[in-house]
Amino acid sequence: MAKRRKILLVDDSPDLLSLYSEVLARLPSKPQIATATSASRAMAMLESDGYRLLICDLKMPKVDGLQLLSIVRRKYPELRTIAFTAVPDEQFRSRAYALGVDLFWHKPATEQETQMFLDCVESLLGQERDSGFRGVQSKSLADIIQLECISQSSSVLRITNGDLTGRIWIQDGELIDAHTGDANGEAAVRKILGWRAGTFEMLPCEPARARSIFKSYSGLLLEFAQALDESRGAEDHAAPFVVDPLAWGQISKVAGIEFLLAIRQRPLETPGAKPRQTLSRGLENPERMGAWSQATWERFRLLGDKLQVGVVERIEGLGPQRHVALTARGDTEFCVGWGSALDLEGVRAGMKQVLGLWAS
Amino acid sequence: MGLLSIFNKPGDTMLRLPAGSLAVDRDGQVLASTLPSSFPEELAREIARQVIDAFHGAAEAQLPLSELVVQYPSFKITARELRGGAMLFLAPAACPPFLETNPAYDR
Repeated sequence: MAKRRKILLVDDSPDLLSLYSEVLARLPSKPQIATATSASRAMAMLESDGYRLLICDLKMPKVDGLQLLSIVRRKYPELRTIAFTAVPDEQFRSRAYALGVDLFWHKPATEQETQMFLDCVESLLGQERDSGFRGVQSKSLADIIQLECISQSSSVLRITNGDLTGRIWIQDGELIDAHTGDANGEAAVRKILGWRAGTFEMLPCEPARARSIFKSYSGLLLEFAQALDESRGAEDHAAPFVVDPLAWGQISKVAGIEFLLAIRQRPLETPGAKPRQTLSRGLENPERMGAWSQATWERFRLLGDKLQVGVVERIEGLGPQRHVALTARGDTEFCVGWGSALDLEGVRAGMKQVLGLWAS
Repeated sequence: MGLLSIFNKPGDTMLRLPAGSLAVDRDGQVLASTLPSSFPEELAREIARQVIDAFHGAAEAQLPLSELVVQYPSFKITARELRGGAMLFLAPAACPPFLETNPAYDR
């Protein structure tokens, strides 16, 4: 017998809890439904029992729904969350998604809306992270290539990572060619697979494309996975924070760049790792700039928590002598200095280039 | 299910992000503001203080700044330095962040 999923429903009104419990009882998967009338009670219940889905009203006294969701998203990243509200407000919708909720839903007022809501809840309950039904968002590029090849597809994958673009040609489930920058064939595949983030789109296949890759896709992906494991292993042993001199050279050539400071924060529990490692170019006193950069990033991160507006994405400062831009990727924070001749758009374009080169 | 609408709770107790501006002196004190009165003064002061401290810190790091832009997924703070103080412009984001592919510099 299939295991029944658990849903935790949070609303300060007992009448509404009772009503929604009845509505949710109509779900085909017959989940177990628990209720809480306050955020603190919900936190205690989440602590003591494993739930699959949290449905949370936004407007609640003392700790409101956004505050609860903000805590829950950090503490229980696997938990699916739905923000549920009677307030039809774009701002709350935007902020709820900024906090990482899976779904923002206005309280249903008609039978049709209720059915749509139930369909969405059922879908969220059925999604399993381990078996990969979370959606393409959480798929790696290697997964996408594998899916295309296993299904014997013919298509062209266009991958964009900042200013970098690459193409991978797939013909009848075989990876036949790739291209990015000045790299072609297998070298291009390895380069593209090395990008840590980006977007992709499927283009129609090009049957006339000449084949330059003769290794099987599984062999190529296996080689890449091994290389990745080795690099991760090296990181685990506190490898020095280094950048390929070629990449430094390319970054230095980005128009308008004056300095770059990269600060890697490592979890303290990483064996042998220093908690903070810094790389810099073009700075006479990287410690002073690093201290300001970190303090500024941290102060606005904390402010974002207080305002419930999500994680700070970027900070840009314009000055008479030089401009500066701060952002973060993974465990690395970047502080990049730019010539004052650039305007804000120029700084943003430059940052895209720098981050693209860094990721590659 | 139309009955559900009668259960809608009255009043608006949730923190609503403000759109507006505020003038701040060099100590982070709010001198003038066009923010709605529903927005807590304490939070307005907190925003002001963080911005002023960021400006001062930058100047101490030999990086004097005249403008600062802080972008969150659903909120934006723009600040212009004014003789040690600052003019701040606050704006909730119009675009839902889930429509963005990669928030920082991939727009």
